[in-house]
Amino acid sequence: MSDTSPEKLIEAVDLTRLYGNIRAVDNVSFTLNKGEVLGFLGPNGAGKTTTMQMLCGALAPTGGSIKINDIDLLEQPLRAKQVIGFLPEKPPLYIELTVDEYLGYCSQLHKIEKAFRAKALDSVKQRCGLTEVGSRLIGNLSKGFQQRVGIAQAIIHSPHVVILDEPTVGLDPIQIREIRQLIKQLGRDHGVILSTHILPEVQMTCNRVQIINRGRLVFHDSVDNLKLNTAATSLIIGLRRPPQATEIENVSGVNKIETITNSRFRIHFNNGQSPAEEIAKLAVEKNWGLIELTPESRNLEQIFIELTSTEITDPETSREKAA
Amino acid sequence: MIFAIAARELRSLFLSPLAWAVLGVLQAILAWIFLVSLEQFLLIQPRLIGLDGAPGVTDIVVTPLFSLIGILLLLVMPLMTMRLISEERRNKTLTLLLSAPVTTPHIVLGKFLAILCFILLMLVLLLMMSLSLAGGTHLDYGQIAGTALGLLLMISAFAAIGLYISCLTDHPTVAAVVTFGVLFMLWIVSWAAQTKENSADLLRWLSMMQHQESFQRGVLNSSDALYYIIVIVVFLLLSMRRLDAERLQA
Repeated sequence: MSDTSPEKLIEAVDLTRLYGNIRAVDNVSFTLNKGEVLGFLGPNGAGKTTTMQMLCGALAPTGGSIKINDIDLLEQPLRAKQVIGFLPEKPPLYIELTVDEYLGYCSQLHKIEKAFRAKALDSVKQRCGLTEVGSRLIGNLSKGFQQRVGIAQAIIHSPHVVILDEPTVGLDPIQIREIRQLIKQLGRDHGVILSTHILPEVQMTCNRVQIINRGRLVFHDSVDNLKLNTAATSLIIGLRRPPQATEIENVSGVNKIETITNSRFRIHFNNGQSPAEEIAKLAVEKNWGLIELTPESRNLEQIFIELTSTEITDPETSREKAA
Repeated sequence: MIFAIAARELRSLFLSPLAWAVLGVLQAILAWIFLVSLEQFLLIQPRLIGLDGAPGVTDIVVTPLFSLIGILLLLVMPLMTMRLISEERRNKTLTLLLSAPVTTPHIVLGKFLAILCFILLMLVLLLMMSLSLAGGTHLDYGQIAGTALGLLLMISAFAAIGLYISCLTDHPTVAAVVTFGVLFMLWIVSWAAQTKENSADLLRWLSMMQHQESFQRGVLNSSDALYYIIVIVVFLLLSMRRLDAERLQA
C-alpha cells in the first residue's frame, strides 16, 4: 500500500441488507483503494455474495451507502455502474452466442463507444486468453474457458472496480494460476474485490483481507500485517529420548507444554521470546536426541476458523485495524 | 441500449429452433386455411355476383384468416414470451443486466421490442399471403390495413401480458401456462356477458376479442385501439415495477 493518501474506489458505509427478518449483511463498512486486491472471506451463507451484489447494484441495500469512485451508487446508479465490472458466482453467459457475439453485447451494455468496441474486444480477449475461441459457441467451451469469458465480461470496459465472486472455482491448477496472475495484474491499475474459499489464494493474490461471518465484518487487516502479527507463538519439538515435561517448562519463556505423541511436543511461549535456541542447547547437553524443531505460525486458516466457528462473534473483541 | 438488448434477444430467439418452428407451423396452417377459404369463395362467387353489397373476397378470405391467426396466437404467444425474463433469471444472466449501467425500463422495453419485431415478421408473412390475391382480383386495402393493425395491437397486448408473467417466475413453462390461462380468460370473459345483466358491459369491454370487430370492418375506433394500448402500457409498467422490486426486496 502506498504511503500517500490513496484513491478511494469503493466506500461502503454501514451496509445492511435484510431478507425478511434475517440480517444477511449487518452494518458492514469498508473501503477499497486503487491498486489494491481485497480478499473477501467467509463461510457459506455469511453474506459475501449479498455484499457483492449490493456493491455492483444488482441488489439494493436496506440501509447504508455505497460510493463508487465518489459517485453514489444509489443516487446515480447508471454512472456508478459504468465503472464496475462484476463476475457473479455463476458467470452470466448466454450459451447460444459465440464468444465474440457475447462480448460485443457486453461492450454495448457497458456503453463502450462504437469506435472503441473492436479494440476493447481484442485486448480483453488477449488478456483472458480467448483469442483462439472467439468464434466458438460459449456453450461448447470448457468450464475454464467459460470462466474466462465471465472475467472478460467483467473487465471489457476497463472498470475502476472489478468484483469477482469465486473466480477460480472449478478450474484446473494451471488455469487457476493463470487467473491468479490475471487478478494480480488487474490489481495494479484497478481495484479488485475477490471473494473466495481458498485461503492460500488470498495470501497469494491479495493486499488486504476481510472476513465476514453472519453478516458482520469480523476481521480486517492487510496481508503484510498478517504475516508480521502471525509470527510464531509455538514450537513443535521432536525428541527421541524425551525428559520429564517439567524440565522443558523450566526453560525461560515457555508458557505451556502440550504432548502430541510420546516423542513430539508443542511448546507455547510468550510473543517474541522464542526458546528455540535454549531448548536446542539443552537437548544437546542432556542428550535428548533432538529430531525436530519447527516454529508454528498462526496462519490465515487458523484465524478464519477461530473467527467463524465461534457461536456468537463479538465485533468488539475482533481485531479491527485501520489499514 | 434498448436496441442492444432487443437485438440480443432476437438473436437468441432465432438461434433457438422455437422461433423457426413457430413461424413454419403457423405458415403451414394458415396456407391451408387460406386455400380452403379461397376455394369456398370461388364456389359461391357466381351467386354473390347478383347481390347488392355482397361480401367481397376480403370479407370471405382475408378477414377470417386474420381472426383465426388471433386465436392461434393465443396459443403461440405464451411460448414466445415465456423465456423473456424467466430464463435470464434461471440462467443467472439477469445479473449481467442488473449490474450493467442500464435501467429497468431499458430492459423491459428492449425485451418487448424484440418480441414486437417477431410479431411484425409474422404479420408480414401473413399479409404477403393475403396480398397475393391482388394479382387476380380487387382487394379492400383499407379493410386489410385495419384488420392487420387490430391484430398487431392485440398480439402486442398478448406479448405485454406474457412479458409480465415471465417476470414473476423463473420457470419458463410455468410462465407459459399462466400466460395462456390469462389470455384465454380474457378471451372467454365476454361469454358471461350474456347471462349477467348488470356487469355485461364491463365483461364485454374486458374481452380481448370484442375489440377486434371494429378493426375487422376497417374502422379505426379509437376506444378499441386505446383498450389495447392501455393493456400494453399497464403490463409493461408492471414488469418494470416487478424487476425493480426484485432489486429492492428479493
